[in-house]
Amino acid sequence: MQSLGELCYEFIADMVRDTVGPEAMRFMPFIFTLFFFILAANLIGMNPYAFTTTSHLAVTAAMAVFTILVVIVAGIYKNGLGWFKLFAPAGLPAVMYVIIVPIEIVSFLARPVTLAVRLFANMTAGHIMLKLFAIFAAFLAAKGGVTALGIILPVFATMAIVALEFLVAALQAFVFAILTCVYLNDVYHVEHH
Amino acid sequence: MEAEAAKFIGAGLASFALVGAGLGIGSIFSKYLEGALRNPSAAAGQRTNLLLGFALCEATGLFGFVLAMIILFAF
Repeated sequence: MQSLGELCYEFIADMVRDTVGPEAMRFMPFIFTLFFFILAANLIGMNPYAFTTTSHLAVTAAMAVFTILVVIVAGIYKNGLGWFKLFAPAGLPAVMYVIIVPIEIVSFLARPVTLAVRLFANMTAGHIMLKLFAIFAAFLAAKGGVTALGIILPVFATMAIVALEFLVAALQAFVFAILTCVYLNDVYHVEHH
Repeated sequence: MEAEAAKFIGAGLASFALVGAGLGIGSIFSKYLEGALRNPSAAAGQRTNLLLGFALCEATGLFGFVLAMIILFAF
């Protein structure tokens, strides 16, 4: 049991150390919580009759907005107003800043949106796909006769999709956590963005 | 044309996002395999980036799905 806990800790700790650096270890509990909360919510949703909370935009958007607020607040706390140099990378001709700064701002503001929609869409799309194939199987079974033998195809497809969904459940939790790490990178490395 | 029909056509067109997502995921895994076979010792260290790239790429396809859902149900 203890080795399992240490395994979980090491997994997240290595992730934070590799992507951001040892100075970001103070955010490690946050990312640890985020990862295991999403993983648990996704896996609970894989139980029959259970509800997938992460398939709702309100839940994922709340987490994504909080993540991006952490990045902004921590960035300003650590670097002061110099943090806004993030939007204007150094060493460009002056004319380029007219184009680059709006692009950087938009790409920064798109982060919480993509973070929320990615998790939401992955979980929703997977469950809709499962439901479609299950309904297809039910239709074929209701036809009766030789047609009912065709039920094998959608049933096996459903099984394959369930396996894929378990992979996606873990992968999306991982992706959410690692993207949080990548965004936290901006807090500590403003200069070489 | 009826507005209802145009809605369904639009939702169908939104699924063209899958073209890009499919191409992207294919190229990510093919390039990873190419690199991994050339230098197997460096392959394990890049698995994080592989999964990250895969998820980022897959998300673009799912944005198309979200778009289709918005077209179908939000308007």
